[in-house]
Formats: sequence, structure tokens, C-alpha cells
Amino acid sequence: MNEPNTAQTNPIIAVTNLVKQFGRFAALRGVSTSFEASRLYGILGDNGAGKTTLLRILAGLVPPTRGEISILGKKNPREVCREFGYMAHPSLLYDEMSGVENLRYFARLYGLEDEARCAQVIAAVGLDPALERPVGQYSQGMRQRMSLARALLNDPKILLLDEPFSNVDIRSAREMVKLLGGMRDQGKTIFVVTHQASLLDGAADEFIWMDAGQIVNRTRDLTYMETA
Amino acid sequence: MSAPTGITWATLTKDVRLEWRSKDAINSMLFFALLVVVVFSFSFDPEAEESRQIAGGLVWVAFLFAAVVALNQTWARELRNQVLDAYRVSPAPANSLFVAKALGNFIFVSVLEALMTPLFIVFYKLRVLGPAWQLIPVAILGTWAIVVNGTFFAAMSLRTRSREIMLPLLLFPITIPALLSMVEATTTILVGDPSTSAKFWIVLLATYDVVFTTGCLALFGTVLHAE
Repeated sequence: MNEPNTAQTNPIIAVTNLVKQFGRFAALRGVSTSFEASRLYGILGDNGAGKTTLLRILAGLVPPTRGEISILGKKNPREVCREFGYMAHPSLLYDEMSGVENLRYFARLYGLEDEARCAQVIAAVGLDPALERPVGQYSQGMRQRMSLARALLNDPKILLLDEPFSNVDIRSAREMVKLLGGMRDQGKTIFVVTHQASLLDGAADEFIWMDAGQIVNRTRDLTYMETA
Repeated sequence: MSAPTGITWATLTKDVRLEWRSKDAINSMLFFALLVVVVFSFSFDPEAEESRQIAGGLVWVAFLFAAVVALNQTWARELRNQVLDAYRVSPAPANSLFVAKALGNFIFVSVLEALMTPLFIVFYKLRVLGPAWQLIPVAILGTWAIVVNGTFFAAMSLRTRSREIMLPLLLFPITIPALLSMVEATTTILVGDPSTSAKFWIVLLATYDVVFTTGCLALFGTVLHAE
């Protein structure tokens, strides 16, 4: 097994001894690592490995029980929340409103008044901005893509994506991976929590392997999956 | 429009739009309040004088109970698809969300009051003997007292397992001073006794509103970002 690589040259995010307890259950057990800018990271592991908890801590949604975080040089993720795009497993969208109506509202939360930006991100994820149907009537795959569009609205430096490919057909998922690869090339740092690791094969710069609340390995490819 | 005001306006219009499309809160509130009016009117069958004595209490208890439905609904909407997390990761201030939610609930409960008041008048044969205009500040301040605390405590009980039960448990005891003021002021105005005035109760209600609005605004950020 490769040793987890924690020595990075230009860390955009660094965490030290990160612990998260939910009652007696330890979701994270002393995670220490760092991540470089302009990279696409695949975060892999079984259910309950701590992937989502790590992402939610980085997004500032959940405070760690112990440990330190440094994101873009700040210790509190809330201070740099303008630089985040966060996509969770649920859509984070209002079912009763159309995609554009949803994005228009979320754009206002970031102080964005530009109507064209909403249409631009919707088109970027392969949906039609003119679609007037409420999100509740979208297929699961369309919801996932609209959710990604919401995460892209504020043109974030760091994208935190939790299961972006779940219930998305294989062709659309590959298009999403291509889109993420393009954004990484433009300088964004992207974290993708997924159970569909093979989709990121060749696209991700590094895979972070988690188990029982710890990072157990960091690899360039998926060969570790066969030995784990 | 400044950024926080713009976010409050955007959230308020979004909530009104969602309610207009679903009518979840209004329909449930109306149905509940209607039941209270009809059941109590048949149970008591009061004369005009008796009505004036009990109507203040009846009206406000009915509105308080009915408001709980809307208050739960407001936040339940944010829990579906975990939409609240999208707000929490954004740089939008917590108080913009709180003010928008409180104003939204104020509008919904005011609509309910506007629709139900004529029914109360008919079913309880009400005729105001005191200065009727004083009912307007009582209604505005009383409704705000209910919704400002209700919005806050509904947010607080959001992540608890039995939040529908938790909200009344938290809200009703804290609303007692306001409820007492609303009932006393309304009864005084309806009865029109020249030896008493509703002004004391209106001032008390206004003070209550200022204190609790300030408290809720000061604490809402902690509630929103709590784990």
C-alpha cells in the first residue's frame, strides 16, 4: 500500500488531525492531508468511510470536532464561501420552481444579477435554459445536472461534488466528467466523491482512498482498487 | 437595493411564489381555523354580549394554532432536497433569510386573518363597541409576535425528530405574554368599557415585539449554522 501523500507543494486546502464525532460514532479519525490547486481529485471509499463528512466540513456545513483546516489561507471555510461550489447528493433545488427560477434565486444569494450567467451554466451542463418545467418533474439525471449548474453559478475556485453521477446515464456522466476536466484545466480545484470510480479513470489527477474515517491511500490510478 | 435587502426580497418573493403554487400552508391554515370557528360556535351558541367577552381569546387562539401549520411548512420546504444547505454554503447573511421567512409568514397569517375575521363576526354575532381602529395595531403587532417567534423556533426545531410537536412546545409558553396582551386588548376594544383602555396592552405588545425580534435576529445565525 502506498503511504498517504501529505506533502504538497502548493496546497489550496490543508487539513490537520481532522476528527468528526457524531455522538459515539467517529466519522473522521484524524485526517491530515493537503490538496493542490487546479487538480481533479476523486474521493473513493465504502459507505460510511467519511467521504461526505470530509466534503461537508470543507464546505463549512459541519464543524469538525477537532483538528484544523486551511482553505485558501483561511481557517474558517465561511470566510471563503464565495470561492466554493457545493453539490450534495440531494439536488438542493426547489421542486416547485423551474431550473432557471431556481438558479435566478441562488444567483441573488451571491449578489449576481446577470441573467445570462444562469442560462450559460444551464447550457454548460447540457440542459436547455428555456425548459419551463418545474424541477420536480425532471428526471433524476436532469436534476443532478441542474444541481451541478447551481454549484457552478458563482464561478467557484473550488468545486465540492458529492455523487454527481448517481442516476445519470453513462453518456451524460461522461460528458459531465469531460466538463469537469475542462474546468480543472481552467484552474479550478475539483473534489468528486463517487462510487463510480471508473468514470474518473484518466480524468482525475489523483484518487483519495478513504476507509473508516481515514485516508488510507492516495494514488494516480485505480489499480489500488484491485488490491484493496 | 442593498445586498441583504435584495436577498431578503428575493427569498420573500420565492416563498410567496412557492406558496402560491402549492397553497400548502394557506389551505391547511384555513381549514383548521374554519373548523375552530364552526365547532366553537356550535358548542357555545353564544349571545352577542357573551361573544364579546370570549371572542378575543377564541380568535387569537385559533390564529395561533393555525399559524403553527404555516410556520412548520415554511421550513419543511427548505428541508426537502436539503435546499437549506445551498443557502448555508452561500455568503448570504442569515438574518436576510430570517426576515424573509418572518415576513412571508406574516403575509400568510394576515391573509388567513383577513379571510377568517368576517366569519368570526357572523358566527359570533360580533359588534365592536369600543374604538374599532385600535384592532388594527393589535392585529399587526399580535400577528408579528406570533410569526417572529414561530419562525425562530420552527428553525430551531428543524433538525429534531418530532419537529411538529416541538414547535408548539417551544412557541406556546414563550407567546403567553403576547397572547395575554392580544386577548385583553381585543376584549377591551370589543366590550368598549370606558373605564379601561387597550393602550396599555398595545404598548406591552409592541415592547414584546421589539424585544423578541431583536433576540431572534441576534441568535438566528447560530441556529442556522448549528450542526
